[in-house]
Amino acid sequence: MSDIVLEARDLVKHFPLTQGILFKRQIGAVRAVDGINLQLRRGETLGIVGESGCGKSTLARMLVGLETPTSGDLFVQGRNMAKVSGAERRRGRRNIQLVMQDPYTSLNPRMTVGDITGEPFEVHPEVLAKPKRRARVQELLDLVGLNPDHINRYPHQFSGGQRQRIGIARALALNPEIILCDEPVSALDVSIQAQVINLLEKLQKELGLSYIFIAHDLSVVRHIADRVAVMYLGRVVETGTEDQIYENPTHPYTQALLSAVPVPDPKLRGLRDQIVLTGDVPSPANPPSGCRFRTRCWKAQEICAQQEPELTVRQSSAHPSACHFAEVRDVVHAQQ
Amino acid sequence: MSTDVNVKLDALPGLDSDALPLEVKDLHVEFRTRNGIARAVNGVSFSLRAGETRAILGESGCGKSVTAQAIMGILDSPPGFVTGGEIRYRGVDLLKIREEQRRKVRANRIAMIFQDALSALNPVFTVGFQLSELFRKHRGMSRSDSKARAVELLDLVKIPAARQRVNEYPHQFSGGMRQRVMIAMALALDPEVLIADEPTTALDVTVQAQIMALLAELQQERNMGLLLITHDMGVVADVADQISVMYAGRVIEEAPVRDIYESPSHPYTKGLLESIPRLDLKGQELSAIKGLPPLLTDIPKGCAFNPRCRYAKDACRQDPVPPLHQVAPARSSACHFWKEVKADV
Repeated sequence: MSDIVLEARDLVKHFPLTQGILFKRQIGAVRAVDGINLQLRRGETLGIVGESGCGKSTLARMLVGLETPTSGDLFVQGRNMAKVSGAERRRGRRNIQLVMQDPYTSLNPRMTVGDITGEPFEVHPEVLAKPKRRARVQELLDLVGLNPDHINRYPHQFSGGQRQRIGIARALALNPEIILCDEPVSALDVSIQAQVINLLEKLQKELGLSYIFIAHDLSVVRHIADRVAVMYLGRVVETGTEDQIYENPTHPYTQALLSAVPVPDPKLRGLRDQIVLTGDVPSPANPPSGCRFRTRCWKAQEICAQQEPELTVRQSSAHPSACHFAEVRDVVHAQQ
Repeated sequence: MSTDVNVKLDALPGLDSDALPLEVKDLHVEFRTRNGIARAVNGVSFSLRAGETRAILGESGCGKSVTAQAIMGILDSPPGFVTGGEIRYRGVDLLKIREEQRRKVRANRIAMIFQDALSALNPVFTVGFQLSELFRKHRGMSRSDSKARAVELLDLVKIPAARQRVNEYPHQFSGGMRQRVMIAMALALDPEVLIADEPTTALDVTVQAQIMALLAELQQERNMGLLLITHDMGVVADVADQISVMYAGRVIEEAPVRDIYESPSHPYTKGLLESIPRLDLKGQELSAIKGLPPLLTDIPKGCAFNPRCRYAKDACRQDPVPPLHQVAPARSSACHFWKEVKADV
């Protein structure tokens, strides 16, 4: 079997915009995700970064099967999820679980921690016989660093970081190979954030998990990811290893994004190459022609409006970058 | 600027134009709740010079926003009460003057911007109406004059097509633009002190960079004191001059920005800095601070940080609370063992 556990080919999700009350006519579509290719290998962490509205959460929902793609194919362990039978699809879904962003709303306040963590077994009862479940739940709580005796407590009795651990325990219940983390630490304080990141890394080593790690915090993604994909308006604009993206970014958007991240070192103040973008992200219902970033790009020329740049390796870029004028620019380090 | 309001401000008891624009001394705030008294602020002191940026750094629940609200006089009361201390604007203790006088100081001399611009702006009035309201109420200007000033302000914060957009409602603006509107509103009456409570937390990084650049520019132009309340150590490193780190309602370390990042002298500050993912430590475990911040209804005896601290010894677990020790000129740390912490790299 190949090493690729998850693959997306030309994944597209358009949400229709309709007009009229009785007779709804489609007048357009929000192109939330517009043709995305990605591969996840066994045991690696793929980071996906981008700003709000770039489609990263819609992508996540499609990957776990909460959203049906408008077109494109999704392969989990080599099987096309759109073509397999219902039972097989359910089995496929067992293998890919989601950790959500907000630990305050993603846990049902009326359920005990034991019920929350054990709920996946209700959905997939064939995984574990009923009498064994309680012990397994306690084992899971222990694994994520919670006290197994707290199995009968309710979510409000836990802090934010502990709640995120409950969410992680729930995701691990079915022994998945892939965990999709959608902004797992952005609601947490810095000191707690580090605890959760450490836990995720420990679990990856112990259980051989593959992660898709979606976040807007670039320093967190850099810490945890092996490969990174940068998204803008429903498209991947640049992808490569963590080193390639952070040390040698070639797409102007990646460069702007990296340079905008404040560095916690006052000695670098004023010494870094800072790119301040003008304007806002255009509406995904009506994206610009050609390159989608051209309306905010300082390099944009006529060709950018006419021809959409392909995500491919170019002469000036050792890793795939979707820019006609891709070239390396160091924005992370101090300028000489 | 119009004069009538300034005349009234001159009437403030003890106003001294040579005194600092903002000085907070030993401020105490508590919330009287059903579950007991939550001591949110327990003796916070700091000062702010004209043109200076002081960052108040801390995690959720450390009392940083409550401090800001107490300075502005917008604390929810009850359950919140200022139980002690002084808040001085140019020598005038704002806690001692009458509410009408305080209203004149608010917005006129000390203004504030909030984290969530969408909920801070009124959704049923146009942006122009809300901006010009300030001039009508505080300066007694006419509708048309104040509207013209509103357009100028939107121009000032670089909102394109200000003349048209002045008639739009808050929901028609993007997140970054809304934050600009709020900055415009705060600067309308030309304050000497601007309090920014997590101004960019809800924004994307590229927009955050725009807003911080705008704030820095306006601050320099007007020689305004900026009190930046944030949890983001990256933003602080980029813009602050002085830092006060807060934990469980107290300032536990105070220092110029460079010193604090180079050689933190309180274990909490040190722990915060170490828990940021760093390039040279990739692949290694992050050194997280163990445990959780204390409940404000039940702050540990002695140093509030002692249950989470790796330097803690017996002295830390007993009262009195460690005082702010002078570490260097203009630097202090509320740790009994600051020497050890500072030397430990």
